[in-house]
Amino acid sequence: MSVLVYINGVHGIGKNAFEAVTYGKKLGDVTVVTNGNVDDAALAKLGEYGASKILVDKSLNNADDQQLTKMIENAANQTGASTIVFVHDHIAKNVAPRLSVRLKAGLVSGAIALPDGDGTIKVNVFSGKAFGSVKVNTAKKIISLLPNSIQPENNGGSAAVESFSANAGDTKVKVLATKQPEGDIPLPEADLVVSAGRGLKGPENWGIVEDLAKALGAATACSRPVSDADWRPHHEHVGQTGIAIRPNLYIAAGISGAIQHLAGVNGSKTIVVINTDPEAPFFKAADYGVVGDAFEVLPRLTEAVKKFKASH
Amino acid sequence: MKILVGISKSPDTTSKIAFTDNSTKFDENGVQYIVNPYDEWYALVRALELKETLGGTVTIVTVGAAADEAVIRKALAIGADEAVRIDADPKDAYYTAVQIAEYAKEKGFDLILTGKETINYNGSQVAGMIAESLDMPFVSLATKLDVNGSTLKLEKEYLGGIQEVEVGLPAVVSCAKGMAEQRIPNMRGIMAARTKPLTVIPAAQVDELISFTGYTMPPAKSAVKMISPDNMDELVSLLHNEAKVI
Ligand SMILES: Cc1cc2nc3c(=O)[nH]c(=O)nc-3n(C[C@H](O)[C@H](O)[C@H](O)COP(=O)(O)OP(=O)(O)OC[C@H]3O[C@@H](n4cnc5c(N)ncnc54)[C@H](O)[C@@H]3O)c2cc1C
Ligand SMILES: Nc1ncnc2c1ncn2[C@@H]1O[C@H](COP(=O)(O)O)[C@@H](O)[C@H]1O
Repeated sequence: MSVLVYINGVHGIGKNAFEAVTYGKKLGDVTVVTNGNVDDAALAKLGEYGASKILVDKSLNNADDQQLTKMIENAANQTGASTIVFVHDHIAKNVAPRLSVRLKAGLVSGAIALPDGDGTIKVNVFSGKAFGSVKVNTAKKIISLLPNSIQPENNGGSAAVESFSANAGDTKVKVLATKQPEGDIPLPEADLVVSAGRGLKGPENWGIVEDLAKALGAATACSRPVSDADWRPHHEHVGQTGIAIRPNLYIAAGISGAIQHLAGVNGSKTIVVINTDPEAPFFKAADYGVVGDAFEVLPRLTEAVKKFKASH
Repeated sequence: MKILVGISKSPDTTSKIAFTDNSTKFDENGVQYIVNPYDEWYALVRALELKETLGGTVTIVTVGAAADEAVIRKALAIGADEAVRIDADPKDAYYTAVQIAEYAKEKGFDLILTGKETINYNGSQVAGMIAESLDMPFVSLATKLDVNGSTLKLEKEYLGGIQEVEVGLPAVVSCAKGMAEQRIPNMRGIMAARTKPLTVIPAAQVDELISFTGYTMPPAKSAVKMISPDNMDELVSLLHNEAKVI
């Protein structure tokens, strides 16, 4: 079976791209289509995870979703792909639905696993409180894969890189500016996340959160009241109205664990809760709990992590 | 300005999530339905603000059954001028989007707003599908929207940051937090909503591209392991040896 994986190369190729290629490889022969001024060494890396061919249009940097849809449609027609895989990020959330309409191909949005024995694919529903099994009724399928759903597998393969003319038409959405947090690990991609809530009392106290994140190599996140009060930037807000994340480790300090907060983090593999209140609801969703004052426990944990890192 | 807002229902966020019929159907027993928060707080309220400053009309559209009219009346109480219910079960996103696109096709809407996602299926699919069906540009996850003549200037969430974009009308926009402040309907709005036009139109013939065949609950968490606040070395060691996450 021919599988097409769309990777956005504009912001560099990261872990989520390797996950999507690994996923595609389990379904068939993978061609990657990508755009943006990305260097060949980074593209070649996709070969190691199972892509056999990479089609790249380096001239298409500020493409809007209608252009990306056309580009992927052209690549799908050229390769005869019957399955198209996306990383379920902000780009896929625009492009995959469009492509679904153009190709009349059923879209599995937010897939968290490979197809089951009966061909159905699991997705998160009800804000992560349950899984649904999706059956695609069309011959062509589109799967948008949630980050952190599959372990990337490097098989040491290699891929031919070919330049590709997207034939994408004109832009209708003009990008005036893109502001991305610099140097940080993007929260949706992070394996490890340290998060804090109103228990931290004020923005001036976030140093202890950042210290722990730095020691672990983690991204930082927060609860909604914290971003509402502008203690932290809005893009760090996780939960039902913020973003949903699925890191391997989520450490929550001074967060009560309201159901709307849990909706954004209950897909995390391991949850650590630090709270002064032994009755805090978050403990019910936690794997490890520490009843204690975040102002004391966080610095201690940071020291313990540093000690561990130094000896490993 | 002629604005269309897609309104869906979702179970109240504190509803217990359970399934019946051999785990193939959502158990609606005791579930309280509300207007999907993103649709109400952000898409609808911003549409009303635009109408208040620029003039025009705000129409809301729902693909749903007669039982959904309570939710539709709630959105009317917040201030929409009229409502349209497309009489169908919103089977999948494609089905829902094509119904809305068929209705909107020749009505000359300048702007179509939706919420960023429904909180039950979290698909974030309907708006992009409407845009493609109508061959319109689409801006997703917008946190700010201003109209300047026939151009929209927007800020949107983008890969962990923010992007500023500009797009001509007509366009489809999905709305996220930041777009507007929640409004509480007042008594006058609630009274007025009772007599506002709610037109029911039949569904178009549309294929279902996907179907949900069943549901499962996440495996139950094993009991939390408590660790003394004085022993963070133990926590680190558990995270390394037991959870294997560091
Ligand atoms: C429709 C809707 C959507 C929502 N969406 C979201 C969302 O997306 N994300 C979200 O986060 N919230 C969301 N909320 C809000 C949510 O219900 C909670 O109000 C919010 O998550 C609480 O944030 P918090 O835990 O930081 O603060 P609080 O509830 O005030 O909890 C603070 C916690 O810190 C503890 N604490 C205090 N001092 C210390 C200390 N020194 N050390 C350790 N612990 C301490 C306290 O015991 C307490 O448990 C939503 C609400 C609604 C109604
Ligand atoms: N049945 C429906 N009727 C009207 N609008 C809908 C319906 N379902 C979804 N929408 C709109 O599309 C948005 C995205 O929904 P979804 O793609 O299901 O996450 C919602 O926030 C609504 O604005």
